[in-house]
Amino acid sequence: MLTLEIDGKPVEVEDGATVMDAANKLGIYIPHFCYHKKLSIAANCRMCLVEVERAPKPLPACATPATNGMKVRTHSRKAITAQKGVMEFLLINHPLDCPICDQGGECQLQDLAVGYGQSAHRFAEAKRVVADKDLGPLIDTFMTRCINCTRCVRFLAEIGGFQELGQAFRGEHAEILPFLGQTVHSEISGNVIDLCPVGALTSKPFLYRARTWELTRRRSISPHDAWGSNLIVQSKHDTVKRVLPLEFEAINECWLSDRDRFAYEGLNASDRLTRPMVKTDGRWVEVAWQTALEVAANRLASVAEENGDDALAFLAHPMSTVEELYLLKALGAAFGAAVDTRIRQRDARADLARGKVAWLNGSITEIVESDGHWFLGADVRRELPLMAVRLRAAAKAGARIVRWDDSDDDWRIPGVDPHKLTAPAMLVALVHFAKHLGVTLPDWAVGLVQQPSPLSAAEFDALSAALRGAQKRRIWLGRPLRAHPNAAEFEWLAEAIAGALGAKLGWLVDGANAVGAAVVGAQATQTAHQLASAGKAGYLLVNLEPEDFAAPDAVADSFARARTVVALTPYASESLKAAADVLLPIAPFTETSGTLVNIEGRLQSFTAVVRPREMTRPGWKVLAALTAMRTGRSVAYTASDAVRDAALPQGWRTQLAQHGLTAIAPAPTLHASAIPAFDRVTLYQGDMIVRRSASLQATDDAKAERGATIPSEEAAA
Amino acid sequence: MSTLKLGQMILKDCDESRWRLADYEARGGYQVLRRILTENWSQERVIEEVKTSALRGRGGAGFPTGLKWSFMPRQFPGEKYVVCNSDEGEPGTFKDRDILRYNPHSVIEGMIIAGYAMGASCGYNYIHGEIFEVYERFEEALEEARRAGYLGENILGSGFHFELYAHHGYGAYICGEETALLESIEGKKGQPRFKPPFPASYGLYGKPTTINNTETFASVPFLLAMGGEQFLHLGKPNNGGMKIFSVSGHVNRPGNYEIPMGTPFSELLELAGGVRGGRKLKAVIPGGSSAPVVPGDVMMECTMDYDSIAQAGSMLGSGAVIVMDETTCMVKALERLSYFYYEESCGQCTPCREGTGWLYRIVHRIEHGQGRVEDLELLESATSNIMGRTICALGDAASMPVQSFIKHFRDEFLYHIEHKRCLVPPEVQWAGSDIYVEA
Ligand SMILES: Cc1cc2nc3c(=O)[nH]c(=O)nc-3n(C[C@H](O)[C@H](O)[C@H](O)COP(=O)(O)O)c2cc1C
Ligand code: SF4
Ligand code: SF4
Ligand code: FES
Repeated sequence: MLTLEIDGKPVEVEDGATVMDAANKLGIYIPHFCYHKKLSIAANCRMCLVEVERAPKPLPACATPATNGMKVRTHSRKAITAQKGVMEFLLINHPLDCPICDQGGECQLQDLAVGYGQSAHRFAEAKRVVADKDLGPLIDTFMTRCINCTRCVRFLAEIGGFQELGQAFRGEHAEILPFLGQTVHSEISGNVIDLCPVGALTSKPFLYRARTWELTRRRSISPHDAWGSNLIVQSKHDTVKRVLPLEFEAINECWLSDRDRFAYEGLNASDRLTRPMVKTDGRWVEVAWQTALEVAANRLASVAEENGDDALAFLAHPMSTVEELYLLKALGAAFGAAVDTRIRQRDARADLARGKVAWLNGSITEIVESDGHWFLGADVRRELPLMAVRLRAAAKAGARIVRWDDSDDDWRIPGVDPHKLTAPAMLVALVHFAKHLGVTLPDWAVGLVQQPSPLSAAEFDALSAALRGAQKRRIWLGRPLRAHPNAAEFEWLAEAIAGALGAKLGWLVDGANAVGAAVVGAQATQTAHQLASAGKAGYLLVNLEPEDFAAPDAVADSFARARTVVALTPYASESLKAAADVLLPIAPFTETSGTLVNIEGRLQSFTAVVRPREMTRPGWKVLAALTAMRTGRSVAYTASDAVRDAALPQGWRTQLAQHGLTAIAPAPTLHASAIPAFDRVTLYQGDMIVRRSASLQATDDAKAERGATIPSEEAAA
Repeated sequence: MSTLKLGQMILKDCDESRWRLADYEARGGYQVLRRILTENWSQERVIEEVKTSALRGRGGAGFPTGLKWSFMPRQFPGEKYVVCNSDEGEPGTFKDRDILRYNPHSVIEGMIIAGYAMGASCGYNYIHGEIFEVYERFEEALEEARRAGYLGENILGSGFHFELYAHHGYGAYICGEETALLESIEGKKGQPRFKPPFPASYGLYGKPTTINNTETFASVPFLLAMGGEQFLHLGKPNNGGMKIFSVSGHVNRPGNYEIPMGTPFSELLELAGGVRGGRKLKAVIPGGSSAPVVPGDVMMECTMDYDSIAQAGSMLGSGAVIVMDETTCMVKALERLSYFYYEESCGQCTPCREGTGWLYRIVHRIEHGQGRVEDLELLESATSNIMGRTICALGDAASMPVQSFIKHFRDEFLYHIEHKRCLVPPEVQWAGSDIYVEA
């Protein structure tokens, strides 16, 4: 520990801390631009110059190591003169176009210029103009405003894992640019908009949509993946205008994935469903809520009565809230319908055999503390972009990271050791690895172990050594693996190997409330994917379109053959209009309250950010009303909090799994030739809102996904 | 046009035809290395000799070389590096070029000894990109040294390993700043690093590194051959040895002059043939373009060493002596210098990136008859906002000429501003220019 004094106040900091760290600890503000607590130190803006006793020159607080007995003055004449001098240099070439700049009102330069700038200009020369750059559909540029702090450059290289921007040219001609003919492709690129201390990088979808001070700000939770990122949703006139990260160190730090940041555009899509509609004789007509509910209840009831047991399946997207799913389960019980949310999982045996709920099996912050990681069938950057960020930090701290999967995607994590294996090859390799570690193989593995191993004994030894060399060892089951028809066998092997290596299993779950769905028991003996393609006589869908399922065409076909399909949905897409015969407008997450349980089992409730559109109603209320109609008993909830408390009674966390499954039924003998390929994970096709974000859909990633067929080519490999 | 005029130590007895290994050996080259290795000198002994000699860095800052070497964590396990700075981009400086051209083996031997003394087994010589033939010659010299067993594994059977590589830049002045140079060797954009950490703890590829100028390394074999004590006595206390001065500008015989430290400036001027055309000496920049300008009469009282030049308010720097006679327009001269720094700023830090362009534009306006009375004060204020506020010393280097030119030649600047023309009539300036004299 070091003791120093800043502005007369003593403070203790760790060895290696900077003067800026020490000032932050004391709550003393030192003006700065290039410094950012999550980025490496560049010390280039020189705004943070302070006076240090016995130093001949002012020193940059962000880069000056604190030393014992140091005396720092942040507001002395010498310090202020230096800071004002720097501010003048920053402003001489700046366009000062604040009135038309989107950053206006939240600009670090504007704020500091008020404190440190001069009102009169001493600069009488022509100002510099810098050409704008094409950074893709998400980020707009006004490069003349750039102060060359390189935060954006450092973010993409250090946090994004791949340098997509650089500072080219020298001196006054220095410019921030992407590589020639390139733009920015990072799945977390939007953070540079927040990081840019001026209006050089701004949000393209938000450009000129509103002035920041006109916006109402509300906290919310992202429904687009299981991470549970905290959001600030900003709106004007009951329309969501922008989404920003709400800093939450334990979950999203100060970052957001582009998916979480730009998906909001989908909330304002033109096909929003705002009135209940019923299809009669092939024609859609708008009806009153009461009529719609009655038609829905009656059609479902007649299927239940006429088509007998197993005729109905009630399916929901795993982004649906705890409240919605709890009440959907009640509704399913009332109709004798199977209820499930596992829309992309092809195997129900794994969850059944495990009994307990799949989750991260630890906290998000533990990821960085773990120093040995082995990923099986995962696509981290697409599944959970911010998990990739944590892994980059782990890798930097020296963690060993090994991946087995069938994709060429570069995770942009330094030092990752990739092994490209198709699903059948991976299963064979796992069987051999388990055997190598002395695991007794079950009968179903007999056929697999006869196949030659794709990896050598030496490679297995290297892998065990890498994991055994770590203090905290994790084996992660990715979404493609969990979605696979042999997910159960994969998990059995992973658990057996985890036991042999002293590692802990973790599940990369699919859906913002996948953990909550399992906890409230919205799980049937078949997965939602299986139920949807099974050709049931009647379906009720919550927040779902055929495109959401693992096999959209088969599902659309199955829906087309059903006697009735009731859809509770914020949107009336053509595919849903073709599939359904009753459409009930329910609120997306911004227009209702609810609760999501994230991947680490953290329960996060949110409230509505804007008023529901027209006749849109909260999903949980619609489900409660349908249940009441069916049972003839009114449902006693007046607020979503009460539903949540009923859904998640004390002690619900004991349902979270600590171990993988150890026995599978049924488990027929497997042959590698019969094992299909892994499904692909998409970045921007995963839910109804994301699919409607025009800007996200304009990205190269989305374009490639929409062009790609699922599952992918290497089934034959 | 050969610039070699006089050599008393490094440049002694060498020229275009006598740069090869055999020539160097004939002059006694590699004897010191052989002695150190066969007599099994301790690292401390080498460093002590260098300290005794009062050899100071010839790259500009004049930092005591022995002291710098002693900062190297010699016991650090793993790779350590010695790096030679032959980037020589400072206007007026052309001594390292001649050392590499006429006596490359002195640099190689100096670097091997430095590697030995600091426990480094790898070195790089970073050579300015605009003197490509010098780079090629250095590669040839390296090959000779390798073949003769002075480089590589088990040098002269001693068990000491040292490999040395040449690396050429592309002509950016900033790559002469030692940390930008390291970045450039690493294949990155040449931009200075913030210090601390200093290269001795975090240098090339993050490993302990010592960087010295070409002339500094080249001096090492000579100082060890004669002994630190004697080297010191060549010059004056605290300013040991010989120094090569690159004399340019309005003299009759511009070129490199290797003379003892502490030689009076007047003698150096005489060696260089005196002021051209017998004209009056107006001003001298005694240590490369970054050094403050010194009026001629003050300069005539100075001796050529770090301390005397510092007393005159300037710096010995790299030893580049730019001589200006009475035909020189000081505003125009400053405009040239300011343009150089404006073009060579790396653009990393705010005061230098924004300030160098501002300085240049103001001086340019004054020179072109658009100056305003408040401009001089503005230049003084802007330079004081740059000085000492930047990542590397280029900010200071850009400011010092401006401040010193205005300080010593204020009248000339004011005349420009008031009369929209030069105090030195154009025909006089023309008369002083090579083109008009020789054409
Ligand atoms: C902008 C700038 C340019 C420099 N250029 C050179 C150069 O070309 N050659 C050189 O030896 N030192 C140059 N230096 C000084 C080096 O940073 C460093 O101090 C020197 O190489 C150390 O060697 P020495 O101790 O032997 O002088 C430059 C410094 C600055 C700030
Ligand atoms: S674009 Fe913004 S973040 Fe990037 S260097 Fe310029 S000012 Fe900094
Ligand atoms: S002072 Fe100039 S050259 Fe040096 S780091 Fe700053 S911008 Fe670059
Ligand atoms: S914040 Fe310290 S130099 Fe930029």
